[in-house]
Order: sequence, then C-alpha cells, then structure tokens
Amino acid sequence: MTLTQTDVLTGLAEVLDEVSGVPADKVVREATFENDLEVDSLTMVEVVVACEERFGVRIPDEALENLRTVGDAIDYIAAAGVPA
Amino acid sequence: MTAALAGPVAVTGLGALTPLGPDVAALTEGLLSGRSGVRLLEGEQWDALPARLAATVDLEGRLERLEARTLDRVQQLALVAAREAWDDAGTPAVAPERLAVVIGSGIGGALTILGQADVLREKGPRAVSPHLVPMLMPNGPAATVGLALGARAGVHTPVSACASGAEAIALALDLLRSGRADVVVAGGSEACVHPLPMAGFAQMRAMSTRHDEPEAASRPYDKGRDGFVLGEGAGVLVLETEEHARARGARVHARLGGAGLASDAHHITAPDPAGSGAARSITLALRDAGLTATDVGHVNAHATSTPLGDVAEARAFTLALGAHRPAVTATKSCTGHLLGAAGAVEAVATVVALRDSVIPPIRNLDDMDDEADIDAVRVVPRELVHEVALSTSFGFGGHDVSLVFLR
Repeated sequence: MTLTQTDVLTGLAEVLDEVSGVPADKVVREATFENDLEVDSLTMVEVVVACEERFGVRIPDEALENLRTVGDAIDYIAAAGVPA
Repeated sequence: MTAALAGPVAVTGLGALTPLGPDVAALTEGLLSGRSGVRLLEGEQWDALPARLAATVDLEGRLERLEARTLDRVQQLALVAAREAWDDAGTPAVAPERLAVVIGSGIGGALTILGQADVLREKGPRAVSPHLVPMLMPNGPAATVGLALGARAGVHTPVSACASGAEAIALALDLLRSGRADVVVAGGSEACVHPLPMAGFAQMRAMSTRHDEPEAASRPYDKGRDGFVLGEGAGVLVLETEEHARARGARVHARLGGAGLASDAHHITAPDPAGSGAARSITLALRDAGLTATDVGHVNAHATSTPLGDVAEARAFTLALGAHRPAVTATKSCTGHLLGAAGAVEAVATVVALRDSVIPPIRNLDDMDDEADIDAVRVVPRELVHEVALSTSFGFGGHDVSLVFLR
C-alpha cells in the first residue's frame, strides 16, 4: 500500500491550515508556497517538520530547494512516504 | 524638526493588560477598589514549588490563533497592550520614520525557551520550532509592536530587570527630546509564570509563601510582608512631543516631565539599604523636570512587598524629598510584581491618578512598618490635588529609575 496523491494533498492542506491558516481551496498543485500561499521560510520549515511526522518521510534541505509548488511537494512525499 | 532637549512630552495613549483585567479601565477600577489579582497556582507542575502564588493575565480570545502561534506570551501581552494604547491615542497619523517603539522586558521569551528545551530533549533538534529565536529574544516584544505599528524611527529594548518598563519610558523621553521621533510607543512586558523562574526566585527567598491567603500575600510596607508575588502583564504609553500632540488635536492624559536614572553599585540583587541610588534617581528626575521635592504630591512606589526593599525605598524618599511626605501608593499590592512590565503599568496608573485626581489605596496594609516613614494611602482612595507625581522602579542589578509626571 502506498500513499496516493489525494492522501498527500489532503494531509498537506491540513498542515498548511494549521501552521499558516492557508484555506484548503488555495492548496492546488500549481500554487507556489512562497508567492501564492505566502509561506515564509520559517513557516516552510514548520511545514516540512509536520509533513515528515505525518507522512513518515525525511525531507532533507537539498530536496526542499526543489519543492517550489504544492505539486512538487506532493510528488516528493508520495514517492518517498508511507501511509500514516 | 526642532529638538527640545528639555521640557515635558505628552502622554496621549494608555494600554494595560494586567492581572486586574483586560485594559486600563479594569486596572483603574481594580486599583481604586483594592482588588487583588493574586491566586494560588494549583496542579502537578506547581505542587513541589516552595512559593506558588502568582498574578496571571487572561489572554483568551485577545489575538487570532495564527497571530499568536509565532509569538511568545511576552510578545502577545505587549501587542495587546500596545494596540489598546494606540487606539486610545486615536491611532495617530505619523510618518513611519518619525514613529519609534521602546518596550522593555526583564526576562524576554522565557516560556518559549523552557518549552522548546523540553521539545529538544524529547523529540530532538529537528522538532525545535524555527520561530524559537525570534520568540525568545528579549527585543521580541518591541519588535512585534514595531512591526504591528510600522515604526521605522527605531525599535529599542532596555533590559534592567524590574526597572525595564520605566527605563523604556525614560528612553522614549530622550528620543522625543532629541528629535529622533515625534511619537514613541513605550512600555514593558513580562510573562514568566513557570516553575523554573519561580523556583529561582523562591531560592532567593524573595517570594511570599502566604499560600493560605493569596489575596493577602502582596502587602507592601506591612509588618507581616514576606516577599513579592510574581505577576505577568504589559503596560504601554503613547508619548509624543507636545508640538505634535497639539498639531493633531490629541487628547492629553498627562505629561511626562522628566526622568532620572542611577545605579547602586552595591550588590547584584540586594537593594542599597541606605537607598542612595534610588534617592539620586528621584533627585535627578525632579531636576530634569525643573521641579523640587515640595512640588511632588504623589508617589507610585516600586514597593514589591519584600522586607528589605520596601524599607530601603522609604529611606530613599526621605533622602530625596526631606521632610516633605507625598501620598504614597503601591500598585503591586493588587497586581503582584510584573517585573519588566511593572514600571510601565505603574506609569499608566500614575498618569490615571493625575488625570482623575485620585490616588488608589495600598491593599493589605494593615500594620504599617515603623521603619517606613511615609504617608501611605490606605483603605480608601485619596484625592490628588497636586500637579506632580513620581513613579519609581528599581531592578536586580542595582538599576534605579524615577519618572516625573505632570498634570
């Protein structure tokens, strides 16, 4: 059993709401964390830590550099993660 | 902008979030009626403490969840009090480059440091909040208020233990007189009700252990006093040049006429028993305001309810004011000791006393200490006819700050 893209999208939306108050309808694949969702660099660290815990993945800083959009994050987590 | 290197500045806004309630009105009502904000802390984490009395603030619902989650409690308290003061001043139209903030704190983001130390121990470094540093830094409250108000003339944080709030107001006076700002939002904030600081203060034998009568524990000048009660809260004043206040037609509560700062060089925590540093701060403040001892009608004393401190301060009054005995009140009898916020909250109380011509009584002063030769306001409020009032603040480290307010 693997994580589906939908599982990750739902989970990521919950994390973003918790740490930054981002409305769920704004969490779409094309949205960029920095500009569209206004997640600053400190808050992004919180998002990463929460996702690591939730999805059982490790997101190293080198990978984080490439996670510009919600879609980037979903693809990375779905490939690397395990179901909660 | 012309600088006036002497002379008073206007107090146009007041804010206070204290154990007596959510705003300046609650503080005023609480002090005049002699209400106590002190309670016994109950629960497992407090049970082992030798002193477990505190005066806490209700912050519930005062800030949005997202706004609060990256702010330490000391920043949250400062922000709420600053917003009240700013609104009270009529949200002054001032260029950002002419607006400064000075908010002191004795300890800073203590609750964040202690909470995140637990996280580090239990979950490791990758679980530590990325907001840790801006939440623990002592300049956090000033920076938070500066961001909220868009202040660009400078954001400052005096740190002088229990004199921090008063020192912030003294620095604000300097900023206005030297022409570096037209409006300064100044005050103090503190939030360290936690077992570790409380254990530390208890080990100094500085805190009251009157657990069976929490509301009677903070009793400045009373023979039965046995230490201070730790409190939390924030006090903020909006200060501006008289020229600026006049030009915008601002309502003026009172004026800040002068400030005096000195240091004891006696002991890291014990007050100089002769009160000489404290007395010098009073003398310097009066000189700065162009006044003399007999002008002073009222003193809002530092009076923490410690056996040594209250008497040393009373001696300082005699040293600085001679035979003249102004009416003394002690806000901490109701609020407990707000450490770095105390001087600011007491400045607010002093301004209100001048504005409303009434001095609140000292709660719990049943049996006056013979060593304190002061005219204490007891049981009921007293009319304030004089035009001048002092507020004194002293801090561990030997910091002495006196402020002179004028009607």
